[in-house]
Amino acid sequence: MYGWCGKIARLNLSDQTWSVETADPEILKKFIGGRGLAGYYLSKRITLNWDDPDMPLLIFTGPLVNTRSPTSGRMTIMSRSPLTGTVGDSSVGGSFGTELKKAGFDGIIITGKSHTLSGIEILNASIHVTDACHLAGRQTGYVHSLLKGKGSTAVIGPAAESGVVFSSIIVDRHFAAGRSGIGRVLASKNIKYITVKGNGKTKIFNTQDLRKAREDVFRLAAASPILLGEFGISRFGTGALYDLMDARCMMPTDNFRQTKFSRASLMNAHAFKKRYAPKKIGCRGCHILCKKITKNRTSIPEFETMSHFSALLDNSDINTVIRANRICNEMGMDTISAAATLACFSEISQKRLSPNEIVSLLLDIGKKRGMGTELGMGASTYAKRLGRSDLAMAVKGQELPAYDPRGAYGMALAYATSTRGGCHLRAYPVSHEILRKPVATDRFSFKGKARIIKIGEDLNAVADSLTACKFIFFAASLEEYARIYTAVTGIKTTGQDLYKTGERIYYNERIMNAANGFTEKDDDLPGRFFDSPGYKNTSIDIDPIDREAFLKARSNYYMVRKLDKNGMPVPDMARKLGLVVL
Amino acid sequence: MDQIFRIYEDKLLKSGLADPGAPLLGLLDARLSWNRDDIACAELERLFDHLSINSLVFSQPAEPYRSIVDYLAETSGGIIFPGDCETRTFLHDLPVSFNFSSESIILALKERKSVIIPGHGIITYGTVGLEQAYVTFSSVCFACFVKFFSDYLFDVKHGKINNKRQNLFDLLVKRLDPAPCFKASLMKGPFDSAMSVRKAIQEAGMLIVEHRLVDSYFGNISFCYNDTLYISQTGSSLDNLQGFIDPCPLDGSSCTAITASSELPAHLKIVKNTDSKAILHGHPKFSVILSMDCDIEKCECRGQCHIKCPHERFVGDIPIVSGEVGSGPHGLCNTVPEAIKDRPGVIVYGHGVFTAGQTDFNRPFKNLIKIENDCRAEYFNRIR
Ligand code: SF4
Ligand SMILES: [Zn+2]
Ligand SMILES: [Zn+2]
Repeated sequence: MYGWCGKIARLNLSDQTWSVETADPEILKKFIGGRGLAGYYLSKRITLNWDDPDMPLLIFTGPLVNTRSPTSGRMTIMSRSPLTGTVGDSSVGGSFGTELKKAGFDGIIITGKSHTLSGIEILNASIHVTDACHLAGRQTGYVHSLLKGKGSTAVIGPAAESGVVFSSIIVDRHFAAGRSGIGRVLASKNIKYITVKGNGKTKIFNTQDLRKAREDVFRLAAASPILLGEFGISRFGTGALYDLMDARCMMPTDNFRQTKFSRASLMNAHAFKKRYAPKKIGCRGCHILCKKITKNRTSIPEFETMSHFSALLDNSDINTVIRANRICNEMGMDTISAAATLACFSEISQKRLSPNEIVSLLLDIGKKRGMGTELGMGASTYAKRLGRSDLAMAVKGQELPAYDPRGAYGMALAYATSTRGGCHLRAYPVSHEILRKPVATDRFSFKGKARIIKIGEDLNAVADSLTACKFIFFAASLEEYARIYTAVTGIKTTGQDLYKTGERIYYNERIMNAANGFTEKDDDLPGRFFDSPGYKNTSIDIDPIDREAFLKARSNYYMVRKLDKNGMPVPDMARKLGLVVL
Repeated sequence: MDQIFRIYEDKLLKSGLADPGAPLLGLLDARLSWNRDDIACAELERLFDHLSINSLVFSQPAEPYRSIVDYLAETSGGIIFPGDCETRTFLHDLPVSFNFSSESIILALKERKSVIIPGHGIITYGTVGLEQAYVTFSSVCFACFVKFFSDYLFDVKHGKINNKRQNLFDLLVKRLDPAPCFKASLMKGPFDSAMSVRKAIQEAGMLIVEHRLVDSYFGNISFCYNDTLYISQTGSSLDNLQGFIDPCPLDGSSCTAITASSELPAHLKIVKNTDSKAILHGHPKFSVILSMDCDIEKCECRGQCHIKCPHERFVGDIPIVSGEVGSGPHGLCNTVPEAIKDRPGVIVYGHGVFTAGQTDFNRPFKNLIKIENDCRAEYFNRIR
């Protein structure tokens, strides 16, 4: 088989048995890999509780992983989200996906529950469950160091063990599967870490075509100011976006009470670069290398983290941003949710958090101490308990990232319709609303956005399934990636065929959420965005979003997505896509 | 009719890409709408059912594009392979459909951003809006124009022109836009505020478009003032730059210019390494065509002229350099800044022209016109 290994490992932790199954080529074609394929396997169990031993945790790579296809070193970790109850997944880089492929697997399905804290070690075609009791409560960095030599590593921190709903899984020390609280699922299975190492090769159908298609993508990346330009993410990391968000007056500030942060110019990517002189690293096989780390291996925060630990918390101490990021990584928790939960706490308790308070609260959350116990439930649950649900800036229980939806209406709609709750990456309208790619759209208008968002969702579903990095699609398109896919797998396809596959993958996620009771009521934004304005000056007004226009766009979206008027999947459409409504 | 349709009809007409009444524009959100009724609508509606697109432009291009596109399509064997940089980077190649049926059109559009149907016109689409479809439409016309004239030049030298092509060529030459000419003057520098810098950039942008020194509206313009480079944004229309100019501090203290033109690295190097402050970059057609005409018979780099031409080539005193869009090891930012020193301008192989001046846009603008007109004259010299 070309591209895929054609093999999926099933590991049952309850009785410590594992087996290898041959993947059905038809299913591979229909769901590709990564997020799509994981979603296919998850759908059979999606109505179980997230901590039911039978609930699988799925780690899937795609056909392009471990080939010379550009930016294809990523994978998806998926389960049902403890944070939202929706399908819960996170795309993550590093080397894990590549090593998993080298070990001979397209994916691994982990079910059951280990009796004691354990590790999973994969070495080529063999899987061992090892004792990890001595690692209980240990920070991720320490565990990564201990596992040196065992290949790529995925580790949870104390946060997951102590039940923080927004716990992450940290891969290869610097790469976070941050969102959806996926770390907590691993903790519920009593798994502290997974390592994987292999030396297999992925078979390529046509290397020459791959080289040609790869050059096309490289040329586009070189032409892209956002990727490889003077101020692009290769040079500055994703923090390169920080100044732009400030300039567009859409930087969430003070728990989304404001959209402009007065000290932004002192907290930007340039400031980090000057102060820490970081070097570039990246996911395996990527030439963009958007991650930045300092000499002593401290990660420079990603854009979302930079923004939320500064503007959202009204913090102007740059070192606190670095520390907060480090604590989140060491504790194993999502930076976006952690910062947003602190911001929610800050607003409810009506006090600005000092740098020290930010740091100590984060530690408290990770270790389940004092106030941290409550904040570890996430902004929505915390705010609800205090009768202030209105102050949790979240969608479906997942805290919002660093783009104020009042400053980009496509983003407003995308937040609402995202199948994993408050997330910018599902449709990623930043591309056209802010970065002008492939062309600019009017960020203050819902016009045409329903279909644009739907198409964006399909595109990114494909990216997450191939897998390829979403950033490359600021420059390339499925047109180029279809050629790569064909060159690698030998399966003839086109960019437009891949969109169809993306539609199937996304619809499958809507079906899973519907089965768990999610309706149009959940496809909504916090009230603040409809009744309070953001920043205003002589040249710009960040107004509240017109509720009517939003609802209209949402119902347009349902039409375009071929859901019923309540946002529920329709059997007929499901059948057309080769799916069934649960 | 929706305002948005009018905007793009206008753009197509003004840039000479389509004749009045020709463009058929479709836009789909929850519902599909067209700028006008047309019998083609029924057939084209199916495209929206089968393709993940939200907008579509279908038009017979205006002359001379129409004859060129038809000729290239009919003689193509199914796919046209232009050699200019724009196509190489963004469109890759141009598929042809020999009949106007949705099946065959869909087949082509599944793979590429445009399809040419000889005798009917060009169809392009967008996934986020009409702008995208418009840009592609314009690029197709530009690419075909450049290809026709550069193929002709090549084949004339090799004695391979048949009557049909000769007749078409003669006809097209009669239909060419008159050579651009500019007698007046632009805003005079030195400028004393960021505001006047922005105004000067806008004015230069407008004139570049008016004189058709770019394909459709794209190119880029910058001016360095007070240690800040003011530069047009990526994908902005040069005739409407108000609100689309990014300030880029030379010390790199802000990344706001992440939305600036792809050629920002080249602009920055020019202002840092030379005395120039005002930079223009356009894609005037004959400069592009002539840049691709190389007589060096046994060049070891044939086929890679755009990334590593090892020879010093000139049109008059204007150097022709290799280089691709943006940054990267083959980026034109590695060749243009060096070549433009002490010269009125530089031509980039298969791509376009850079000109620079010290106080305002007068000199670079006049040089841009002069280079294009010299290339045009030289082109007709070479075919004689
Ligand atoms: S661009 Fe960054 S996130 Fe994407 S694959 Fe490369 S290093 Fe990884
Ligand atoms: Zn150019
Ligand atoms: Zn040569």
